[in-house]
Amino acid sequence: MIEVENLTKKFEDHVAVDNISFTIERGEIFGLLGPNGAGKTTTISMLATLLKPTSGTARINGFDITTHKDEVRKSIGIVFQDPSLDEELTAYENMDFHGRLYRMPGNVRERMISELLSLVELAERKNSLVKTFSGGMRRRLEIARALLHEPEVFFLDEPTLGLDPQTRNHIWEYIERLNKEKEITIILTTHYMEEADRLCDRVAIIDRGRIIALDTPERLKDEIGGDVVTLESRDIEGLYAQLSKTAWIEHIEPHDGFITLTLHNAERHIAEIVRLSSTNGIDIDSISIHKPTLEDVFLRLTGRRIREEEADIRDRMRMMHRLHRG
Amino acid sequence: MMDIVYTIWLRNIKRYLRSKSRIAGSLGMPLFFLLVLGFGLNSVVRIPGSKQDYMGFIVPGIIAMTVMFTSVFSGIQIIWDKQFGFLKETLVAPVSRLEIMLGQTLGGATTAFIQGFIILVISLFIGSGHHATISGFLIASLFMVLIGLSFTAFGIAIASKMEDMHGFQLIMNFVIFPIFGLSGALFPIDSLPGWLQSLTLVDPLTYGVEGIRYGLAGLSMVNPFMSLVVMAGFTLATIALGTVLFRNISI
Repeated sequence: MIEVENLTKKFEDHVAVDNISFTIERGEIFGLLGPNGAGKTTTISMLATLLKPTSGTARINGFDITTHKDEVRKSIGIVFQDPSLDEELTAYENMDFHGRLYRMPGNVRERMISELLSLVELAERKNSLVKTFSGGMRRRLEIARALLHEPEVFFLDEPTLGLDPQTRNHIWEYIERLNKEKEITIILTTHYMEEADRLCDRVAIIDRGRIIALDTPERLKDEIGGDVVTLESRDIEGLYAQLSKTAWIEHIEPHDGFITLTLHNAERHIAEIVRLSSTNGIDIDSISIHKPTLEDVFLRLTGRRIREEEADIRDRMRMMHRLHRG
Repeated sequence: MMDIVYTIWLRNIKRYLRSKSRIAGSLGMPLFFLLVLGFGLNSVVRIPGSKQDYMGFIVPGIIAMTVMFTSVFSGIQIIWDKQFGFLKETLVAPVSRLEIMLGQTLGGATTAFIQGFIILVISLFIGSGHHATISGFLIASLFMVLIGLSFTAFGIAIASKMEDMHGFQLIMNFVIFPIFGLSGALFPIDSLPGWLQSLTLVDPLTYGVEGIRYGLAGLSMVNPFMSLVVMAGFTLATIALGTVLFRNISI
């Protein structure tokens, strides 16, 4: 359904997307997971024909994104990361505008609009101006709008960014339902690992413009091998020196202010870890045990967490932006 | 082709009709000019070589000003669409940028024409333009349409090159106001010194003002046919420029 070949985008001072290739099957939910600035949105913009690739290409629904733009555009629906509704128009008018742009005949347009507005539970608000909508309602309307022309491929760029947990769950349910009922191929970008984990059949982990891992969430997490233990301490070096000699720890990695260990049956070994460090006079400030998440996969691959401080600030600013306008 | 142009046009009109404060706000300045300059200078200013009073003289200028400012604003509005993300929605649709550009231009020109027409009607009540004939009104309307089309396209061309609204003040002060000031909207260009007169003659709005003035007051310092040719040419040129720049717009 989607074949990406050596896709590259260079801006003046840096390479945003660096020679990526992957294939997505029909009906799949495919995730691009990575921190802000990793190149996810740039990739989506190129696939959606809004940005010209520096080199490489991709085919969507059999059409080349550089030579058959109009066919590609007819095949895709897209929900952008940032709001893209006309706030001075009503929900219905936003939908109607979209339907007309895609040259849908009047009767089909009307039927589809009311069907989709019911799907996203906005039928009662269809004649309200969008500027009176909350962030969650806007997102739902954008989803409905992008589906209006019955695209074969559906792009969602950070679909739940800045939404509260309840609304997020709601949006996830829509996405899952869409994929099942309409058998639509979905490609979504996110930097929330739980989102990628829950929704995606396969995930490409992207960092600094490159795909550094691509598999099902389960297999990616299996690669970690065992449980993940995170220890916080002021004496990371001492702790590392002590624990790296231990045979039953399969993987150990020091970070800034914390250490991650991977081991099997972590519950049974915790006591021993604590004993080992206290006999050597090392204080442990906190211990946590959890099953591997995609965050651990990312940490293992890059040595960094997905949600760095900077990303948090940008998120918060976006959220405030949304709140201000809602 | 026309269905898409109509769709974009329709959105512009809907937004216009909904923003009552914008309609009223953008009529404020021309009304102020009309009343203060018109009544204020009516008794002291005589137009050389004409029996026309000053009020009758500046009404066409104020109409041209209204149409020009409204249309430049409408064109520049696509920066908002860019910033608020709506432009992406149109650019990702299977429509050509020419269609989007033409729809925007027609939409902006329509709203600008309506604004100018409101001033025209108001000026009838304060005692000017009584002498104009039906054909005179039609001639004035034609020039209003041309000013609307060309300056909306001009605004789109500017907006396509601008990242955000920061450069807007610059454009207003160094492009839009000089075009207005030099156009002979407020004074007869005949009485200017030679060097200044040649400046007014390269200002496209001069021909728009003169065209409207010919229609409403039967008075023109430029051959009306010449005005028509220049304005039509300017309209085509700005639409071409706007189309080229809008085609390369990046988001």
